Amino acid sequence: MQRLQIKKDMMQLTNRSKVVSNKEMSFKEKLYIPAILSGMGVTFKHMFKKSVSLRYPEVTREFSPVYRGMHVLKRDEQGRENCTACGLCAVACPAEAITMDAAERNKGEENLYREEKYAAKYEINMLRCIFCGLCEEACPKDAIYLTDRIVPTEYKRNNFIYGKDVLVEKIDERIDITKRKKEYTID
Amino acid sequence: MAKVTIDGQTIEVADGTTILQAARMVGPAVAPPAMCFYTNLKTSGGYCRTCIVEVSKGSDKDPRPMPKLVASCRTTVMDGMEVKNFSSEKVLDARKGVVEFLLLNHPLDCPICDQAGECHLQDLGYEHGSAKTRTDFERRTFEKISLGDKIQLHMTRCILCYRCVKVAEQITDGRVHGVMNRGDVSEISTYIEQAIENDFSGNIIDVCPVGALTDKTFRFKSRVWFTKPVNAHRNCDKCSGKTVIWYKGEEVTRVTGRKNQWGEVEEFICNTCRFDKKQTSDWTIEGPTAVSHQSVISANHYMKMVKPNELTLNNIKPIGMLTEGENK
Repeated sequence: MQRLQIKKDMMQLTNRSKVVSNKEMSFKEKLYIPAILSGMGVTFKHMFKKSVSLRYPEVTREFSPVYRGMHVLKRDEQGRENCTACGLCAVACPAEAITMDAAERNKGEENLYREEKYAAKYEINMLRCIFCGLCEEACPKDAIYLTDRIVPTEYKRNNFIYGKDVLVEKIDERIDITKRKKEYTID
Repeated sequence: MAKVTIDGQTIEVADGTTILQAARMVGPAVAPPAMCFYTNLKTSGGYCRTCIVEVSKGSDKDPRPMPKLVASCRTTVMDGMEVKNFSSEKVLDARKGVVEFLLLNHPLDCPICDQAGECHLQDLGYEHGSAKTRTDFERRTFEKISLGDKIQLHMTRCILCYRCVKVAEQITDGRVHGVMNRGDVSEISTYIEQAIENDFSGNIIDVCPVGALTDKTFRFKSRVWFTKPVNAHRNCDKCSGKTVIWYKGEEVTRVTGRKNQWGEVEEFICNTCRFDKKQTSDWTIEGPTAVSHQSVISANHYMKMVKPNELTLNNIKPIGMLTEGENK
């Protein structure tokens, strides 16, 4: 009786709660077999349902076009790095994950860097990054994009600081970012 | 004394004051932008036309409005004058046109330019310009020129405000720096790329409203918003020694003069202070420079910051943003 009183005073969040009773079980209930069979029924029913899991990593799930994963620093059609170390991604970054150092392009490096200034060092701290995509939006040079690649796990914190060796796409292994590319028009 | 009304706000100023100076006395809400006028440089102003205003009443004696928009930096006030700046549709429209003209030949290389973040033309274009260009013509280009070994001239970015020429004429003794050719092809130059050898020649970097004259020792070192400005002084036998030094980490990346609210240097500094004293030990630090919270330079800059220590994460006290006037 007192238990009911407490229950009444408490705010009820769902209608699924049941009052616990210590009533003695009937003979049918004591056999347990009908209960076991109904339980097995639930189990067997799932054998004919579509599986909810995938055999990762052999099979991967399709990503949404708005998925924001690991960054890439793009090159242009001629294989030159787009990034000019303007620092807008770093100033836009709410997590302050991006740092960079600029350098001047020397004579003979025109096939490596598109502009006269380039990023000599470009680092993203993946532990700080919140994958908001503001760097991508701030970039005036079409250089940084978030891709549908997953940031791999690491054992050491230092390994999460990604430099240009990880971020810049390889010339022979281009990364497709057409899904992320937005065209802005100014009226 | 003359009583002048600017955008509905009346102020009494001395005779001979220009409309621009009177507007600046009223405050930034009514002060027109200026690209070529510089208080410390005599005969500056009158070139860029960004400060144009409408005079809706000439004076008490002659209340007729002035027929055209006037350059406020070159027009003196008269008693009873009524001026419209931001309240005039005509002025805003004309100023938009002026910005378009200034940007006709100005390259869009802000991501590379060292002036980005403290560039007056960026601010002007953002506040008064249109977002789109209408010109189809090629922008004029020039080769980069070295003015001495410390100053770089990117003529491509120059808007021909003549401020640096006025510095060469007035601050430095003997003119070694001028404008060659006329009209569309005019360009700032020393005569036959002669090095400027004067103790105050570095000030042409500070007065340049765009990135045409930049510090070679700071070239591509850092973006201005990654550096932290600190007021500092030293005993200098050539200048006042009062400067702003810009830190990136522990390193002094550059030294500039102290700029006021209008982006003008009050006391010009010598080249020794500017180029040769890049050690913290050379300077007496006064404290962080007050930066407007609207400026990109204040982004990600904090005062009273405690460096996070992972072992004592729970003991960190809140940090305050570096905002204008906090260190006063």
